[in-house]
Parts: sequence; structure tokens; C-alpha cells
Amino acid sequence: MRHDLIQIAYIAAAVLFILGLKSMSSPRTARRGIIWAGVGMLVAVVITFATPAMSNFVWMTIALIIGGAIAYVAARRVAMTDMPQMVAIYNGMGGGAAALIAAVEFMKPETMPTSFAILGIIGARIGSVSFSGSMIAFAKLQGIIKKSFLFPGQNVINLLVLAGAVALAVVVALQHTGHVGGSEGLVLVAFFALSLLYGVLMTLPIGGADMPVVISLYNALTGLAVGLEGYVLGNGAMIIAGIVVGAAGTLLTQMMAKAMNRSIGNVLFAGFGAKGGQELESIEGSMRESSPDDAAVTLAFAQKVIIVPGYGMAVAQAQHKVWELAKLLGERGIQVKFAIHPVAGRMPGHMNVLLAEAGVPYDMIYDLDEINGEFPTADAAIVIGANDVVNPAARDDPGSPIYGMPILDVDKAVQAFVIKRGRGAGFAGIENKLFYADNTRMVYGDAQDVAGKLIAGVKKV
Amino acid sequence: MITGFAAVYIFVLAAFVGYEVISRVPVILHTPLMSGSNFVHGIVVVGAMIALGSATTTPERIVGFFAVLLGAANAVGGYAVTERMLEMFKSSGDQKKGAAAAAAAGGASGSGEKGGGDAS
Repeated sequence: MRHDLIQIAYIAAAVLFILGLKSMSSPRTARRGIIWAGVGMLVAVVITFATPAMSNFVWMTIALIIGGAIAYVAARRVAMTDMPQMVAIYNGMGGGAAALIAAVEFMKPETMPTSFAILGIIGARIGSVSFSGSMIAFAKLQGIIKKSFLFPGQNVINLLVLAGAVALAVVVALQHTGHVGGSEGLVLVAFFALSLLYGVLMTLPIGGADMPVVISLYNALTGLAVGLEGYVLGNGAMIIAGIVVGAAGTLLTQMMAKAMNRSIGNVLFAGFGAKGGQELESIEGSMRESSPDDAAVTLAFAQKVIIVPGYGMAVAQAQHKVWELAKLLGERGIQVKFAIHPVAGRMPGHMNVLLAEAGVPYDMIYDLDEINGEFPTADAAIVIGANDVVNPAARDDPGSPIYGMPILDVDKAVQAFVIKRGRGAGFAGIENKLFYADNTRMVYGDAQDVAGKLIAGVKKV
Repeated sequence: MITGFAAVYIFVLAAFVGYEVISRVPVILHTPLMSGSNFVHGIVVVGAMIALGSATTTPERIVGFFAVLLGAANAVGGYAVTERMLEMFKSSGDQKKGAAAAAAAGGASGSGEKGGGDAS
């Protein structure tokens, strides 16, 4: 009876997770989705206390409280701009937990069925890589590690570490099915050490711009590891939730990589910009500057304005001023739309979160496919803190490192204003042809400051 | 225990569900969805509790303790971060209803943040 109740609760939790994820794929129902999934989690955790023949409840409760409290405080305090690395660190912890579950099971002296030993050790392997890899991703995005590490023979060393970990995994599995004796503890420790090392080596060479794809991949891997450990423990909720996240995360990783025009293999095994040495088309012409007041006059008499925000806008904390400007233009009967490139911000969808934080309604925000046809009909486009995602070289210069990346066609607008702090090149270090176009005017200054001046300018007209 | 072909069936069906459930997600929700799925695999905390609950030696207890600690952090942190992001998503319609409230909240939440590096 008690066993049945527990199983029913786990099934209910699994159903709530799936419904929650489903709701999270539409902006209207997303909030409800996370709450449903939260209820499912609560049900699962509470019912687990009723598992027959369990002990160590005091330690369990202490661990739950400490882990939960630290994570809660950190999650409430973190700035929205730092969201990607928070996802990375929580994900890494989940992977670590999955690996440690396997460790506990393998530390027990009893032998286990071969299938469980294999699933358990694969889960441990994936969980460890996800843990150490996510921690490196966190350190990179947080700016603790600034460089990308590329050294000769890297792929060979990675392969050796991988092979070593796989060999040790086989030994661990054999030991626990009773085939091999010997010092089990030492082999287990060596296995985890090599698996963790592999996660570090695999993530270190990857550049910051590619990190979102990597975090998403580790998210999927953690899901898979959790599902595999679920088989070992015979826990249905873990199996279903883990596998569902593993599959959803894989799809999400593919979608992100596609949005950034990178293949997953390319992200993992080649450093960005490491190619180098191509002949670039030289850019002719000069940049033309405009004062905020002149720009404001153009905006005030426009019929349609498209705003293209980039991460630079978020860094300058200009999103509130920009939204104020958009509202002011809207009051004058001007149609205002926000155009978001898939990689604006630090991961796909991040810019939407930052704009939502400033109060911009989601139905004013359009993604690349929806808005690109509209630029020719826009009287003005304002680019704020974005660079590479509006560089026409990606469209028509095969020599450019970003060639082939989908861009927002800002250069096709009647008039483009680029708000920029200085004259430097973009994140990828590439000169931007848009800045030299005849219909582009550069407005130099801090994004927040310029947005304020534009507001004042429009009010004067 | 779930063994044999039943286990394979569950794996295959769950994988399809995961794939289908987010196949039509718009780009604007990629970040919250990644965070939300990150929360869902926080279910690992349940497995960690079961592992710790059956631990009998001190080393097992120590490892199990950290498993629960990390799992709890995954679940709670994942929930808090996702919920924070999603509560900000509003349509124009919602906004007219609570325009004043939204403006006040937007102004307050922006003031406490710090800037990051150079990304212009």
C-alpha cells in the first residue's frame, strides 16, 4: 500500500513536469508551467521521506536545507545579465549529484546486475563531465577565466583522458558484477578524477560566444545522467524527468546552434576565430556622425521605427530608457517594433528576458525571421549596443569569419542610427560594413545617456 | 525495479515526449526553457535522498550528503531563477491593466544591478 502510494506520487510528479515544460513553450502560459513543475518537485521530495527502510534523515534534512538556502539566496540576488552562468552552475550541481549517487551505489559492497552497473557507470561519467564542464563554463562567463586555452596536441590529450576514463569505467562495472576483485576504492576515485578532468579539458578551449550552446548541451547531458541513475535506483520519476530533459535539451541545443549558425561539433572541437588569415574585403567610405538631436528629429517624423538592442545596451543598463523612448514614439502614433537577433544577449532568448525586465511587452518583440522583411519599410532603425549581428559582411563577404550567420537587415532601412560607445570593432573583432553605409549615422556615447538625449529631443519636436 | 524491455520502452517514449514538448518553442523562450528544464532534472535530489537513505558506512554517508546538497541546490536554484524570469513576461494587454505597477516594479528591479564587461 505504502509502496503504491509512493509510486502514484512519482507518476503525478512526472506528469506535472511534462505539463510544466509544455506550458513553458508559450509566453502566455510559461509562468503557470514553472509553478506546475514546482508542485511536482515538492510532491516527489515529500513522498521520498516515506520510502521504506531509509535512515540518515537528519543528514538528509540538513543537506536539503543548506543546499536549498544557498541556491535560493543566490538565485534571487543575481542580476538578469548574469543569468546564463547561474543556469550553468545549477546545472553542474545536478550533474554532480547524479555522479555522486552512482558513487554511493558503487561504494556499497553488494554486487549489482550487469545492466545496472553499466547504466550507473555511464551516468556517473556523463554527470561528472557535466559537473566540471559547467563549472568551467560558469567561470568563463563570470570572467574568472578570461582566456581560451588552446595548446598543441589538445585533441590527442583529450582522447587519451577519455580512453582512460572509459577503461576505468569498464573495470568499475566488472568489479561490481563480481567479475574482478582488487582495490575498488582506488579505481573508483581514479575514474571520477579522469572524468572530471575530461570535462575541464573539453570546455577550456571553447570561447565565451559559444558558451550558451555548451551550457545547453551540458543541461541535456545532466538530464540523461539523472535518467540513467533513475534506472539504477528504480525511480520512475527520475527516469522520465531525466530522459525528457535529455531529449528536450538536445533539441534546444540544436536550435541554439542553428540560430548562431554553428554546428555542435564545430563548437566543441574548434576554437572560434582560430582559423584566421583570410583575405577580408576592405571597407571603403567613412563613418558619418550624427548628434542625438538630429537623430531625434528623424525619429519624431518617422512612421515606423525598429529598435535593434544588443548586449551592449544591457551592459549600459539602457533598457529602461530605451523602453521610455519607444513608449514616447508610440504616443506620437509611430509604430515601434523591437527586433531581436537569436544571439542577442549572451544566449538565445536572453535579450527578451532583459527587455521584459524593463517592462517591454513580449508582443512588441520580433525575432529575425518575423522582422527581416520589414526593414525596407522602416523609416528608421536604431541599433543599440549590437554589432556583429547587424554586419552585412555576414551576408555578402565570403571571406568574413561570420559569413553565413543570419543577420538583421538593418542596412535595408531608410535610415539607420547606430548608438555606440566608441569606434572599435565588435565582439568578434570584425569591422562592420553597416557603419560605413550611406544611410547610416553613428551616434557616439553611452547607450543610456544617448537614449535620454533622444527622449529629450523627441519631446522638443 | 524497472528492467528489460519495459525500461527500453520508457526510455524511447520519454525521449519522444521531450522532443515533442518543446518542438515549437519560440526563440524568445529559449533562455527560460533551458532554465526550466534545468529545474526539472533537479529531480536528481530524490535519487540522492534514496542513496543517502540507504548508506550504511561513513564514507557513503559523506558522499550521499553532498549528493543531496548539490541536488537540492539544482532544484531550488533552478526554480527560483526560472520563476524570476517568467514573472517578467507580459503582453501589451497585461501591461495596460497594471501599467503603474509594472513601471514601479521595472524601475525598482533595474536600479540594483551592476554592469558587466565590454560587449559593444
